[in-house]
Amino acid sequence: MPGPAYPFTAIVAQDELKLALTVCAIDPGIGGVLAFGDRGTGKSTAVRALAALLPPMRVVADCRYGCDPATAGAWCSECRARLPGSRKPASRLVPVPVVELPLGATEDRVLGALDLERALAQGVKAFEPGLLARAHRGFLYIDEVNLLEDHLVDLLIDVAASGENVVEREGLSVRHPARFVLVGSGNPEEGELRPQLLDRFGLAVQVRTPQELATRVQVIKRRDAFERDPLAFVEAWQGEQDAARKRIVAARRRLEQVEVPDAVLERAAQLCLALATDGLRGEITLVRAARALAAHDGDRTVSDRHLSRLAAPALRHRLRRNPLDDSDASERVARVVAETFPA
Amino acid sequence: MATSALTALAVFAVAPIALGGLRLRARAGPARDTWITSLRAALPEGMPWQRLPLHASDDVLQGGLDLAATLARGRPVHEPGLLARAAGGVLVVAMAERLAADRAARLGAALDLGPHLSVLTLDEGMDDDEQPPAALLDRLALHADDRQPELGVPAEVLNAARARWPAVDVPDDLLEALVAAAQALGVHSARAAWQALCVTRIAAALRGRGQAASDDAALATQLVLAPRATRAPDIGSSPGDDDAPPDGVEPDAPDLAPDLAADAPDAPDTAEDAPACAEPAPSGCEADRGPKTDSAADASDPPENAGTGALDERLVQAALAAMPAGLLARLAAGTARQRAAAAGRSGQSARSTLQGRVTGSTPGDPRRGARLALLDTLRAAAPWQRLRQRPATASVQQDTPPRLQVTRDDLRIVRRLQRRTTTTIFAIDASGSQALHRLAEAKGAVERLLSDCYARRDRVAVVGFRGTAAQVLLAPTRSLVRARRELAGLPGGGGTPLAAGLDAARQLAEGTLRAGATPLVVLLTDGRANIARDGTPGRAQATTDALQSARALRALGVATLLIDTSPRSSAAAVDLAAAAAARCLFLPHADALHLSEAVRQQRGSERAGAGRGRD
Repeated sequence: MPGPAYPFTAIVAQDELKLALTVCAIDPGIGGVLAFGDRGTGKSTAVRALAALLPPMRVVADCRYGCDPATAGAWCSECRARLPGSRKPASRLVPVPVVELPLGATEDRVLGALDLERALAQGVKAFEPGLLARAHRGFLYIDEVNLLEDHLVDLLIDVAASGENVVEREGLSVRHPARFVLVGSGNPEEGELRPQLLDRFGLAVQVRTPQELATRVQVIKRRDAFERDPLAFVEAWQGEQDAARKRIVAARRRLEQVEVPDAVLERAAQLCLALATDGLRGEITLVRAARALAAHDGDRTVSDRHLSRLAAPALRHRLRRNPLDDSDASERVARVVAETFPA
Repeated sequence: MATSALTALAVFAVAPIALGGLRLRARAGPARDTWITSLRAALPEGMPWQRLPLHASDDVLQGGLDLAATLARGRPVHEPGLLARAAGGVLVVAMAERLAADRAARLGAALDLGPHLSVLTLDEGMDDDEQPPAALLDRLALHADDRQPELGVPAEVLNAARARWPAVDVPDDLLEALVAAAQALGVHSARAAWQALCVTRIAAALRGRGQAASDDAALATQLVLAPRATRAPDIGSSPGDDDAPPDGVEPDAPDLAPDLAADAPDAPDTAEDAPACAEPAPSGCEADRGPKTDSAADASDPPENAGTGALDERLVQAALAAMPAGLLARLAAGTARQRAAAAGRSGQSARSTLQGRVTGSTPGDPRRGARLALLDTLRAAAPWQRLRQRPATASVQQDTPPRLQVTRDDLRIVRRLQRRTTTTIFAIDASGSQALHRLAEAKGAVERLLSDCYARRDRVAVVGFRGTAAQVLLAPTRSLVRARRELAGLPGGGGTPLAAGLDAARQLAEGTLRAGATPLVVLLTDGRANIARDGTPGRAQATTDALQSARALRALGVATLLIDTSPRSSAAAVDLAAAAAARCLFLPHADALHLSEAVRQQRGSERAGAGRGRD
């Protein structure tokens, strides 16, 4: 049945997508990644590969929502009730969840619902957590996000903003933390995304098929090697994977110490002004992402280099645009970046 | 042509799971039944073969509560889903062109889990607009249609190939040629190139080789890449030219048309059945190709003396030979058709969600035509079982399992999505009588309306008519960027085939109604028809036809807005509006505000009109 995932580090090209996912893994507060592009360019592969790359996380033992033992303030109601005042709850290590939200998912599956099994067997009114609960502290991945039903979009927008899932139905009244990194992918030719949902994504990446023959051949060769012997392939990439994981762990530790000089904040503001982006979210995301990148690169302060690498993913989906204007947002950002940061 | 002797069916039968699946586009009938029967017989014994009913719910697919058993036993009983039951085998999806996008996404995700499932889709799509969802198609390596010959490969050969293919060696130059051919054909999906590599291996294995040769790659190009082509390749743009191929004849790169026997000295079994395999090729392939036969012949003949450098070109030629009549011309003519096709797919995906999409349940009485929401009813009843069973269990013997007790208050009925989306169909007169600047103004008016559509998240479709015919430039879509692009690219000039334009708009409106959405036709014309429905010139007949078409539109009960684009308000337009029961707006008055207002009113009146139409 399901085999091992394709190693994240073995993905050929797609640097922007890998960069965006990596910075979000370092700082989940950046707010997720939207990957738009052609079919078969490895968007889903990259997201699914992420789970295998990330270091396992510590959760309160027996917690259905995967609460973090270190942050008692953000616990679910069950943990609070069970562990009053106890300093060190029992904990265990689990892989970071990467949960897929399928297009046709029902509200019940997403939000959680009455646990039918227990209700029928024991007559107990219990809550069966849904996908949002499973994605807590991990990633929620929606393939074909632009085709998602409106009622599910509404629900996601709400939970993504509040970090909490509130269920009031069937006589249940449950609330639990649901903080996750939203990752979406899709093909814009098949429908546009609602602006409100678009805004929830911290970074937006355009995924293109590599145009050089050699790169494309490389893609096929690696994929072929993986399909023929997945275990051996994963084994061969283990070293790279471990190195990448270590960098992420180190970057997370360093994140708080990375300085953001005022000059960099000014530059970010300058960029956003020049592009006339909507609201302040663009600047905040850009600076946060640049900080995560600096941490990843082992730099102590954020510099223009970090900003310019992340300007396009952080801003391209926030340009105030005429819905009928199909001029390429990436090009506009690239132009303004070139003007703001003369080489 | 011998490449066709190894059929998609045979390749599929060797490694159904590794290939993800086969998409077979053919009308239902004895021929299709024969293919499927022979395919099933050719698969390894005991391989699961499950049919996916089109209406299958998520529970059926993923597994869930077995309701009958649950109710009978009073405790939850799970049943495995279709995906689980088809694991290690083939899941057959009939009428795949009607498959909902979310269902397709589920199947796609299941296929992505790793090689454990194969999907065989059967679709009867009539044209490019009727296709199974792209998310699924992309994951199925093989795309075949009704030009399909019989499977025609004996079981021993299949078995031998099954064991041999994973170890077949593909030389680097062949792999590079495959990738280059994919690029030349505009196949962007890396998945497709990898699938082509697999098919190359399987073809070589079927031919009894340990190393793949160019005809194996040619077959892979035909079966995997050609059906996915999005552009006419540069070298293919002159398939008729016989410009001298480079020198350096390569003796060990066999041409595309050798018979199997010549290629398989180390496989006596294949040599034997070669004549039988080669037989169906001419009748199966060539006969139906029609206008393309000449370039097909070109494609398979000259490469005999092509050099290595031209390997990828030869693959492209092979792909061209495999394309159905007209496709190449359409690709070469521009991308308009392709885009419309893509739109059709997404349109379809949205369609299935519109038709009475279940959005939840509500307490109610299931007797008045509403459907009982069984699971929700059980959910509602479940918490009370303890209480309700207490008096009963006292009197009943202990060994009978408690029955689920459902009362009337627990009953839940399915609630369906009430909101219907609107599809605004723009029918635009681009004829010569619309002087160019008038056309520009008309386009401006449409753009203003498009902004409105964006705000309402309507879907839009665009029909243009000029010369002798009307053309659907854009099938219903939500992508306004595309609508605008089509509009900008619409040239002016020629006669006014008004009847054809109205008919095309009406057909789109009918499709929209069938899909459960509300159509609104916005017609931009000066109303002066001069081309009759059959394409012949003549003002009198043309006007009669146009009025007739307008009345047909009215009979459908579709709201119509006519924007009169003539320099002075014309009687022709007023007559036309009357025949179509359309609201008529004179373009010079059609500023943004008036337009939006007019459309809003039409939408309103349509609601009432549509209601009447259904009664």
